[in-house]
Amino acid sequence: MTAQTVQKAVMPMRLDHRPGEVIDRGRELTFTWNGEEYPAYGGDTIISALAACGERIFSRSFKYHRPRGLLTASFLDPGCMVQVDDEPNVRGAHRRVEPGMVVSPQGVWPSLEYDVKSANRAFGRFLSAGFYYKTFIKPRRLWPLYRRMLRRFSAGGRVSAGPAQGYFDKRYAHPDVLVAGGGPAGMAAAVAAGRAGAQVLLVEEEYELGGHLRWGNELDALRVLREEVSRTPGVEVMVNSVVNGRYDDNWVAVMQRDLSHVQERLVKARAKTLVVAPGLIERPYVFEGNDTPGVILSTAARRLINLYAVKPGDRAVVFSANESGDAAAEDLRRSGVEVARVVDARRDGDILRAKGDGKGLRSVECADGAEIECDLLVTAAGWTAPTSLANMAGDRPVYDERAARFFPSILPEDLLATGGIAGDGTLDELLAHARATGQEAARRAVRTALRLRAGIPQRADEQEEPESGSSPVAIPELPISAHPALFRGKTHGIVDYSEDVTSKDLVAAEKEGYDSIELVKRYTTVTMGPTQGKLETVNAVAIMAEATGRTINETGTTVWRPPYSPITLGALAGRNFEPVRYSPMQPWHEIHGAKPLVAGAWIRPDHYGDPASEALNVRENVGIIDVTPLGKFDLRGPDVPKLLDHLYINRWDNLEVGAVRYGVMCLEDGVVFDDGVTGCLGPERYIMTTTSSGAAGVWEWIDHWLQTADPGWRIHVTPVTTAYASINVAGPKSRELLLRLSDGLDLSPEAFPYMRVREGRVAGVEGCFMWRIGFTGELSYEVHVPAAYGLHVWETLMQSGADLGVGPFGVEAQRILRLEKGHFIVGQDTDGLTGPYEVGLGRMVRLDKDDFAGKPELAWQSERDSRLRLVGLQPHDGSLVPPEASQIVENKNEIVGRITSSRMSPTLGRSICLGFVAQHLTTPGTKVTVRLPDGERIPASVTPHHAHYDPEGTRQRG
Amino acid sequence: MILLPCPYCGPRNASEFRYVGEVSERPDPNEAGVDEWRTYLYARNNPAGWTTEMWYHSAGCRQHFVAERHTVTNEVRTSRLPKAPPRGEQEEQATGGNVAVDGGGAIY
Repeated sequence: MTAQTVQKAVMPMRLDHRPGEVIDRGRELTFTWNGEEYPAYGGDTIISALAACGERIFSRSFKYHRPRGLLTASFLDPGCMVQVDDEPNVRGAHRRVEPGMVVSPQGVWPSLEYDVKSANRAFGRFLSAGFYYKTFIKPRRLWPLYRRMLRRFSAGGRVSAGPAQGYFDKRYAHPDVLVAGGGPAGMAAAVAAGRAGAQVLLVEEEYELGGHLRWGNELDALRVLREEVSRTPGVEVMVNSVVNGRYDDNWVAVMQRDLSHVQERLVKARAKTLVVAPGLIERPYVFEGNDTPGVILSTAARRLINLYAVKPGDRAVVFSANESGDAAAEDLRRSGVEVARVVDARRDGDILRAKGDGKGLRSVECADGAEIECDLLVTAAGWTAPTSLANMAGDRPVYDERAARFFPSILPEDLLATGGIAGDGTLDELLAHARATGQEAARRAVRTALRLRAGIPQRADEQEEPESGSSPVAIPELPISAHPALFRGKTHGIVDYSEDVTSKDLVAAEKEGYDSIELVKRYTTVTMGPTQGKLETVNAVAIMAEATGRTINETGTTVWRPPYSPITLGALAGRNFEPVRYSPMQPWHEIHGAKPLVAGAWIRPDHYGDPASEALNVRENVGIIDVTPLGKFDLRGPDVPKLLDHLYINRWDNLEVGAVRYGVMCLEDGVVFDDGVTGCLGPERYIMTTTSSGAAGVWEWIDHWLQTADPGWRIHVTPVTTAYASINVAGPKSRELLLRLSDGLDLSPEAFPYMRVREGRVAGVEGCFMWRIGFTGELSYEVHVPAAYGLHVWETLMQSGADLGVGPFGVEAQRILRLEKGHFIVGQDTDGLTGPYEVGLGRMVRLDKDDFAGKPELAWQSERDSRLRLVGLQPHDGSLVPPEASQIVENKNEIVGRITSSRMSPTLGRSICLGFVAQHLTTPGTKVTVRLPDGERIPASVTPHHAHYDPEGTRQRG
Repeated sequence: MILLPCPYCGPRNASEFRYVGEVSERPDPNEAGVDEWRTYLYARNNPAGWTTEMWYHSAGCRQHFVAERHTVTNEVRTSRLPKAPPRGEQEEQATGGNVAVDGGGAIY
């Protein structure tokens, strides 16, 4: 046997060479389908390869588990969704075969050939719309059982639980003209726009440009158009890519799948003009048995024959209402299919029902009573205009009764439509329309570009010359051909193939009172399957119109929303550019086993193994903590005190050089917003620190006052958060340690007392400043060093202090230490309603200042303040740590407070808390009841101070 | 995603900006009564139509600006620096002159 006869034997439906075929007969592949090996040629889709081998059934339907085969032979084909390796829901009539790929059918049990659930078919009348809702709602306790059972019936493939595979990407594009659709009109429009000087992005869903020309008889015209596209500079072509959505100001999402190294790439394109040229989608005809394998659309027949050289059947009936049906009949005859009858809808021919068995179509019954044996029924019942992109731009398409399809009505300036969506006509008329549209798109893009550029401020000597007045390009009208209005025949059949919704279901839903198309959609799930209405919307609208006695325009359509085509989560996630911030000391932390803590954009050491010992070491010896994420601003200018007075609730105009002060900021509603220490380093020279998480917000808040209040203050603000590495050196031996590093600085308590700042050299590094403050409650110095030397200073501190017992401590130890000391944390011990009086800072509020953020609210708070108060709390059982957010209750269940912070104190050997309580409970010694999350109640007492440890502050002042 | 015209940077993606809100004039904090102050804090017109609002170019030049935007069509007809005079009264604004000197002035 020759190789050719072998191929004939295994690919019985493969035709001889076709002039427009896309398969590469020189490249033979094998792949696995349903457990068996199949041959294919390069360029074959999974389904075309299987069809060439004589396979006809590719899936079972969603609800009734009816056998399903080809319908459209395109991306949309609802019966051709398959599992490829561990990728579910692959469009089998679009995805090309690759050597060795393992393809399996979805939603079948136990097998594709014999599916026990197809018993549903016999009980089909019970599975009307809403069947599951109506049946399985009672009794509720059985729902888990029902759910397990129903899951077995569900369609769809298996999602791999393994790691993500493949590489996804993102791209930003700024084309002048984006053309959606690479058929003849899209190609001609792109060429015309490119020749007019525009940068063009031409996007085509299939693997080659050409649209319907590819399976037609005008291959010369196709070749010329493709050459023009490739020769026109400025036209970028994306095939196997789809325009998935159009958003405001022509922000266009394109899914690009034609890249070798990238699985999918999401292109975010800001198009100045969008040309919509999607062509037309062939609409199925609704009649009994219209989903029998072997009933296909005329475009499907033409694609199979002319692109893949596959004979769709042996004996055919053709139901034709247009040229596409006639051409399909011609194609069938030429490829050796016996065309038993052409039923012409234009001469009132009609088909009643298709009859089949488990293997597919057996015969077709015509309206005139004739029953014809055949294995193929080709229907050409009309077209659906995919108006999605126009819809997303706000357009409401209008139904044209003569043409029996929808047309876009009023398009925005930046969107043009051409090709089949705009009208009919000869190829020449279509191309003329498209070329004019492309030119006009380029002209409008120039206008938009000029408008956008006018929005960018220019220096006087760089002023653009005014926009040259170009006149609109005259776009010729496309003729609109008459077409019979064919939606449903005289019998009922499937409307939505993916959801198994029949025309009977729609009529029944209308009888139940769902008379709006939007309600019927949600009730029956028509148009809600994977094809998202592209095949079924117009039929559903027409059937509803028939059922309600309204016109199609009165019935309206459902709204097409993005995405046009299914989109993978991988593509949406893409490459992740979320920035992560590390301090310069990060390498040291990593080496020394720091457990990372995600704090906003920062990664910080939570602890180095044992936070309690880290805390104790600070109390006994000396510890160092990396506090680089602290927000830091360099403020300069004569009016800085005015800004500080405006932002903080306390007084700042008397801060002398060398002093630092603690400040609290409130928003205009009097709620505590941020706190921190600000120091005066010299005349008109200040450094402000903020909380780590509040740095961005404070910067914006400063900008807000300087820019919108325009007080005319002379202040220069520079964020220096990452310009300095910050290290807090804390503990009774901190002075001794720093003395060894800070040459020339007098660190004696007299020369450098509490709440003062000093500048100088630390560990040989110039340009450092340090301030004596005490978040931990110990003698401590916050050292800020130029960031590049952060690691050096940190390592020097560790080495020089080895004999003093220096150790690192992390965020958790700091949280313990500050809680022992009773310092609150904004956002932890305060919430979105907490004012300064509630956290015990009432004495800081200087209402005698002329103005500051939130002043009126604070004035009112000071007069009548009945809100909660922050107090220190200690459970009577010191071994119990009530979880944060535990409630404080009285009189059974009345909530009178809550725990905001709680820890086991290693210093005191007992549990300590901060919490809010009602004002009548604030007296020291008051016993309160804490209700733990599990309902248990424990007693606790209010302490005299927030501080559980050293309330007098003698240690930090030492 | 809409484009917003920053007076410094020109039209940029809306994701670069933070929406501050409808412009609300701050009363004199020493004179304002509770109602007046709370109106400034919380009351917004939220019209289906033209509205004057404050935006902040947080991922760009960090400039606050006032834009007149139509909430139904998203058309922005003017955008100016906060202390620049409103439409009609402005001399050389946005498209002419050096805005950094003409309009801002708060930061030197």
